[in-house]
Amino acid sequence: MPENKEDYLVRFENVQKSYDGEILVVKDLNLNMAKGEFLTMLGPSGSGKTTCLMMLAGFEPATHGEIFLDNIPINRVPPHKRGIGMVFQSYALFPHMTIGENLAFPLEVRKMGKSEREEKVKNALDMVQLGSFADRRPAQLSGGQQQRVAVARSLVFDPDVVLMDEPLGALDKNLREQMQYEIKHIHERLGVTVLYVTHDQSEALTMSDRVAVFDAGVIQQLAPPNILYEEPENAFVADFIGDNNCLHGIVTSETENGCVVKTEDGSEIKANKINIAGVGKPSTLSIRPERVIVNPEPGQVPNVFEAKAAELIYLGDHIRTRMEVCGNDNFYVKIPNSSHHADLNKGDTVKIGWNEYDCRALDATNN
Amino acid sequence: MSQSDTSTLKTADGISLKLSLQRSLRRKKRNALLLVAPLFLFILITFIIPIAYMLVRSVDNQIFAEILPTTAPLLAKWDPLSGNTPDEEVFKAFITDGKVAAQAKTINRLGKRLNYEKSGISSLFRKTGRNLRKLEPEKLTTSYKEALIKIDKKWGQVDTWEILHRESGKYTKSYFLSAVDMKYDANGMQWKDDDSRIYLNLFKRTLWLSFLITFLTVLLGYPIAYLLATLKTSTSNLLIILVLLPFWTSLLVRTSSWIALLQKEGVINDFLFAIGLITDEGRLAMIHNQTGTVIAMTHILLPFMILPLFSVMKTINPSYVRAARSMGATSFTAFRRVYFPNTIAGIGAGGILVFILSIGYYITPALVGGTQGTLISNFIAYHISGSLNWGLAAALGTILLLLVVALYILYDKIVGIDNMKLG
Ligand SMILES: Nc1ncnc2c1ncn2[C@@H]1O[C@H](COP(=O)(O)OP(=O)(O)OP(=O)(O)O)[C@@H](O)[C@H]1O
Ligand SMILES: [Mg+2]
Repeated sequence: MPENKEDYLVRFENVQKSYDGEILVVKDLNLNMAKGEFLTMLGPSGSGKTTCLMMLAGFEPATHGEIFLDNIPINRVPPHKRGIGMVFQSYALFPHMTIGENLAFPLEVRKMGKSEREEKVKNALDMVQLGSFADRRPAQLSGGQQQRVAVARSLVFDPDVVLMDEPLGALDKNLREQMQYEIKHIHERLGVTVLYVTHDQSEALTMSDRVAVFDAGVIQQLAPPNILYEEPENAFVADFIGDNNCLHGIVTSETENGCVVKTEDGSEIKANKINIAGVGKPSTLSIRPERVIVNPEPGQVPNVFEAKAAELIYLGDHIRTRMEVCGNDNFYVKIPNSSHHADLNKGDTVKIGWNEYDCRALDATNN
Repeated sequence: MSQSDTSTLKTADGISLKLSLQRSLRRKKRNALLLVAPLFLFILITFIIPIAYMLVRSVDNQIFAEILPTTAPLLAKWDPLSGNTPDEEVFKAFITDGKVAAQAKTINRLGKRLNYEKSGISSLFRKTGRNLRKLEPEKLTTSYKEALIKIDKKWGQVDTWEILHRESGKYTKSYFLSAVDMKYDANGMQWKDDDSRIYLNLFKRTLWLSFLITFLTVLLGYPIAYLLATLKTSTSNLLIILVLLPFWTSLLVRTSSWIALLQKEGVINDFLFAIGLITDEGRLAMIHNQTGTVIAMTHILLPFMILPLFSVMKTINPSYVRAARSMGATSFTAFRRVYFPNTIAGIGAGGILVFILSIGYYITPALVGGTQGTLISNFIAYHISGSLNWGLAAALGTILLLLVVALYILYDKIVGIDNMKLG
């Protein structure tokens, strides 16, 4: 990551956006993108992701704040002068042009010569393995092929930044995974800067250098995928990324790194102090299901509780078990399906435990 | 399983699968037929039969053989180029047929029919009829020929017989000839003199004004449709009601209000006079001429352009233009290269609708067209209810129909009818 903010390619500075003058759809957005970075905006529907893209592309004005591209404020630069490529969720391939013409369009409007144009179009089509499709119409391609054309078209004029708004939303699961790799490889090969939007977390985690988790117009956390998963900073991120167990309680004591949280049923849980308001304040504990140990050795972990297996869901490589523990009857534990896995039946009572480090005490939320 | 096996496949109750499939399909077809039957009958009675009747009417000439049954075949054998009047037997047949027709009072109808070919024949037939009624062929002392020439000496002229000979068949070309301003004379078919040509100019004017009106509706309708398609649904629904509002008032009221607006003493002239743009003598003639027809018809046909355009524009994904803009196109280029090509289907649909409507439009040009702004349909109406020359009206109508079909085929060749979208 660059040290000076001037070295970032894209900068959002205190950007706010409201469509109706009443509700802020984007609240005070500060986001820097380094050159060549693959940054994903991840968030639930309506959290303002598309709005951010549209502001960067120039189709929506920012209500407040400034966006910089290469250190140039672009609030008043019209879209066609920004040099930003874009892939739409609906692909937006021009139906009245062939694939070749679609790809040639950005080059034509740049008044590029014919031979150079043809060369570039051919290279771009080869890049997405559709070299022989130049004369077809978009309607004659499958969804995945159209998607690839849309990616090729957004890249053919060598833009500095490419925006992709849920480009894989319309594809089925297999094709989607394949396309994720293809887009990722193209990104690595070309070194182009990509701002990607999705509400599929696994997509965000597999593809991105960094992920910005959005909710209610605010970036909740901006971090590389592994950090996001392992060190969520608040309960929303913990819950949104991956499987998560929540326990609510009140902080009763606080040390340098840890704290103790007392749940409603009186259990006292030692936790990793991440983001709490202080002693006597509510907090949400987050524990990943795979970090929970069933029948721990005595002394192995500091937190050990009695739990009742309420439901067992067989998932092949592991058994997902819903347990009742510390007053929470929605506590999931992943039991690996190894040869010596705990032979658990519905209604059995077992001991489960977890490390202090794996149990993160976060801000209180209502859920 | 191989193909031949299918023929032996049986349904549960042992009937061959193919047979039972056919049965169920037949039932489906029969139901479908029953559903369309009322509309089909309606269209047959009110549309297909009248058109067929019009086509027949435009060449029909049964009247001659009906009224002069024995004369017709004899006259057909006569060669007008011989320079002589027909043989005695033709005269005999004519007098015999003519007397019967005169007594039945049908001979004047034939006279009226043949008067379309040459004026004066009607009175010749009336005079001949009057005399034939009194004539007693058995007591004739002269030949039939002389008897007839005695009634009117025109019967001794080859010209007269030539016209009868030409129009003695069951079918005639003469209606179509007059519909395109042609006539027969000694040298066969000829163009009429310049000053008596009417219909070709009228067809030209009709086509030209229809093109102009279509063009104007595109020009005025396109921005409106664009606005409607890009506004919020709630607002655009309201505005569409405004577009449709004219349909809720009578066509006559709308046309007459144009008279109130456009006439010499009308609102617009008064206004221009009041602000001093024109003098009292210089009041603009905007009605009872082509201008009036064009203005009023453009207004009346505008919704037929806006609605198909709107429904096509509504389906255009707004991200097309955004994609074009992001790729470096100015908003004008994005419109020209991306948006506009996608609306051609709507322009085609609206254009063909407005054009076909205006090519046959009747009321508005009749009210505001004066003499210079009337269209072919006004003349068709005149021949149907005024001059009662239905054959000519039918021929004009047929030509109009052929014109529309030809333009439709042309359109299909150029734009492709599959590209037409009405919604
Ligand atoms: N053109 C608009 N006019 C008014 N409000 C809008 C407009 N576009 C979006 N909004 C509102 O702004 C909020 C954020 O919308 P946005 O499209 O940015 O969400 P998103 O994060 O992209 O959601 P999704 O994942 O469903 O695409 C939503 O509440 C939406 O209703
Ligand atoms: Mg969106």
